[in-house]
Amino acid sequence: MAKKLIDLVDITKSYGDKVILDNLNLYLNENRFLTILGPSGCGKTTTLRILGGFETPDKGRVIFEGEDITMLPPNERQVNTVFQKYALFTHMNIEENIAFGLKIKNKSKSYIRDKVKYALKLVNLDGYEKRMPDSLSGGQQQRIAIARAIVNEPRVLLLDEPLGALDLKLRQDMQYELIRLKNELGITFVYVTHDQEEALTMSDTIVVMNQGYIQQIGTPEDIYNEPQNAFVADFIGESNIIGSTMIEDRLVEILGTRFECVDEGFGNDQPVDVVIRPEDIVLTDPAKGIIKGRVTSAIFKGVHYEMEVQANGFEWLVHSTVLKEPGSEVGIWVDPFNIQIMHKPESEDEEQEHVEEL
Amino acid sequence: MKSLGKRLLAGPYLIWMLLFTIVPLLLLVYNAFTTADGSFTVANVAAILDPVNGKPFLRSIGMSVIVTVICLVLSFPLALILRKYSSSKNSFIVLVFILPMWMNFMLRTLAWRLILLNNGLLNHILTSVGLGEVHLMNTIWAVILGTVYDYLPFMVLPIYNALAKIDDDVIHAAQDLGAGQMTILRRIIIPLSVPGIVSGITMVMVPSVSEFVIASMLGGGKVYLIGNVIEQAFNSGYADIHAGSGLSLSLMVLILISMVIYRIFEGEEGESSLW
Repeated sequence: MAKKLIDLVDITKSYGDKVILDNLNLYLNENRFLTILGPSGCGKTTTLRILGGFETPDKGRVIFEGEDITMLPPNERQVNTVFQKYALFTHMNIEENIAFGLKIKNKSKSYIRDKVKYALKLVNLDGYEKRMPDSLSGGQQQRIAIARAIVNEPRVLLLDEPLGALDLKLRQDMQYELIRLKNELGITFVYVTHDQEEALTMSDTIVVMNQGYIQQIGTPEDIYNEPQNAFVADFIGESNIIGSTMIEDRLVEILGTRFECVDEGFGNDQPVDVVIRPEDIVLTDPAKGIIKGRVTSAIFKGVHYEMEVQANGFEWLVHSTVLKEPGSEVGIWVDPFNIQIMHKPESEDEEQEHVEEL
Repeated sequence: MKSLGKRLLAGPYLIWMLLFTIVPLLLLVYNAFTTADGSFTVANVAAILDPVNGKPFLRSIGMSVIVTVICLVLSFPLALILRKYSSSKNSFIVLVFILPMWMNFMLRTLAWRLILLNNGLLNHILTSVGLGEVHLMNTIWAVILGTVYDYLPFMVLPIYNALAKIDDDVIHAAQDLGAGQMTILRRIIIPLSVPGIVSGITMVMVPSVSEFVIASMLGGGKVYLIGNVIEQAFNSGYADIHAGSGLSLSLMVLILISMVIYRIFEGEEGESSLW
């Protein structure tokens, strides 16, 4: 059982009339890679800033190992932050930047020198001690920002969209670097991003947020395969979300046709949302499918073809390595296991999820 | 290569420069090194060493140093306050600070006259609360006060510009790494505002060395600065434009030399933001 490290209890924060976080509850365990994922304005950065101490919640408490640190200023917290725009000290060289926190803690000169060397090695920038931040590329500056944070041996490293300004290739390289760093250092990472692929690649746990509420907490597999509502399904990857009726356990009526599924406990004749991932739809001969349709478009995407199929008045999005020409008649077949049933949200409040086991 | 059209755009400014900067400067140099009958001399330039001119000159330098130091001490905290409030949309505070700077400087200096006169506003207030009168008018302190008041914006604005460029996250990062308020000020904010401080010092010290209007208005003829000496050489009954030009030229050269030395010491820290 992992140890509980930070506990956010009933956090509420608003700016003027705009409520950013509404009664948020979340805890994180030691040595995890936790990602807070959501669109811009969902409250993810505010959550991170409350963890770092740069914002004070209007209501609620921040508990660090059983101790209330809600009012503790950032310089007295055992967490360090990597900022989105690096925020390096441009008037200091790389060595002075990384040594900044250690000098404040009055560490010895030899200790600081060793630590700086070690941190630069860790981020693959040995020998950069005397360079100025301006002479480094964006990716290198971000690595320095990470090195500057981790030399202080924080219990938690907060990262605020640190890869947002980097190009795709560099971003992917840095994702692996971050996973490696986390494993080498054995500290907790809290990572904020709006990039779902980044979240799925790196995280142990993903927290999906929207409009100040936590939508779902789970492993990347949980979040992708079993989204709990239409927002999560839509935000994480592409999906077909169809309003349907749960006839009885293991039987759902989608667009007038009954499909077998594996979900139980939704009651009889209840309205539900159904999620089917585009790669889970199998296009067959018209006779072999559960429903019939006609391909309206097909686009080559590299790994697969992206096809749209008109069937029962719905435009089905299908990913497949096998091309069906536009205009051809096809059958749609879905493995019952791949039909994900979700409750329909009855109101905004119901979308809110409270404390979840991580 | 730039197109002809683009080069022509600089034309009006170049003509302006030529007529009102280059030509007068050449005239000044010519007059400085000639006598009234047109023969060559260095006496006009060397006149700065004559105690009659040297004393006002040293007084001017001393005053401009005091003015600059007071401006710097007042401006830095003010610029910090402006930075804080301008980022949080509370621009009214910024307006309150900047409003007096929009008034003509002669008007402001005249206002100080009314305040500082022996039977002026300041002494009315002091006597009415039971404190004795002060006689600031027609002393060097009145001139310093007026000069500080007039030149303050030239110190505040470059420092404010430099401070406004510091990203909040840079300060947050320092805080995050354990720095307290004083450390942040000493290690982050002041070093990053050096270009603004250099600009501010330059823009206050250089013009205040040759200040003479404020000295006339608040010094009552008793505070005699090098600016007043030069003004009299050009303007008084026995006008001598050659002597005036010589003193102006030596003043200019001394300022230039000190600026160069100053830049060598401070210039390494980063390029100046205003000139």
